[in-house]
Amino acid sequence: MTTTQQIITIAMVILGTMLTRFLPFLLFPAGKKTPKYIEYLGKVLPAAVFGLLVIYCVRNVSVLEGSHGIPEILAIALTAGLHLWKKNMFLSIAAGTLFYMALLQFIF
Amino acid sequence: MTKQSTAGAALRAAFPKTLPILAGFLFLGFSYGIYMNVSGFSFLYPLFMSLLVFAGSVEFVAVSMLLGAFDPVQALLMTIMINARHLFYGISMLDKYRGLGKKKPYLIFGLCDETFSINCTADIPAGIDRGWFYFFVTLLNQIYWVSGATLGGLLGSVLPVKTEGLDFVMTALFVVIFLDQWMKEKNHFSSLTGLAVSLVCLLIFKADGFMIPAMAGILLALTALRKPLEKAEAKA
Repeated sequence: MTTTQQIITIAMVILGTMLTRFLPFLLFPAGKKTPKYIEYLGKVLPAAVFGLLVIYCVRNVSVLEGSHGIPEILAIALTAGLHLWKKNMFLSIAAGTLFYMALLQFIF
Repeated sequence: MTKQSTAGAALRAAFPKTLPILAGFLFLGFSYGIYMNVSGFSFLYPLFMSLLVFAGSVEFVAVSMLLGAFDPVQALLMTIMINARHLFYGISMLDKYRGLGKKKPYLIFGLCDETFSINCTADIPAGIDRGWFYFFVTLLNQIYWVSGATLGGLLGSVLPVKTEGLDFVMTALFVVIFLDQWMKEKNHFSSLTGLAVSLVCLLIFKADGFMIPAMAGILLALTALRKPLEKAEAKA
């Protein structure tokens, strides 16, 4: 990617983010009622999008080649297990990441 | 009260509320900065991204976008999908941010998850100016995030440890957010729809082309499931 392409990509990210932040204030200036469908999407969309993002993160992992996705599976299991147990975001992320780094650097 | 003392009192009321975010943002921002650094970007990237985008999850994803093929349409659509939740933060803050004049554009600009959670739920002490309170919560949170990200970007290359595998920090972040959502929700239709549709699309369209079909598939599936989901919601 050239620098210009990078700047365009970052501009798109800024534009997309600002669209989602400013749109409600532009669309519903004086407490106009939010459409029911939009309210529904607001409730259900976040959960699905986070599912999508988890898959997005592992999109380049191949179960047929290399380390067969084993380090990823183990590190995700540790992160998830720790999080369900302790519910401490920073502990889960730090432990999962360090464990994954150790797996890649010393074992796989 | 003079303008300065009004602002000062609001700053003193806002600062303690942001302390948990201080720790979290420095850590996560620092990881983000290092991640950008080891991905080959100068510290100017995390500095300007954290300053101008100020939306953590999408900033992480933007690193992969910048490393991949140039595709501005997909970048825009992905950003909107990932940040769609901000639409609903905005809707929830319509009344609270009303009539705040010149501060309002910045408050809307800086309405990230953490700032929303504080400003939406905080009991502002009597005598404290609402606008200034919201303003300082937003500003302090952004200062923490920008500092963490920039420091990470600067120090990433001089850290005396091997950073191979550090990119897992993004995976871990989304696994944790996904689980937080999972533990909060009454039923898991939407979470499972997101996982399943994305996985199927990944198998069909492969890594470079699955995001847009997956986003379309999720919107379609959730629209089709609206009636049963709303019924389940009402029963629960």
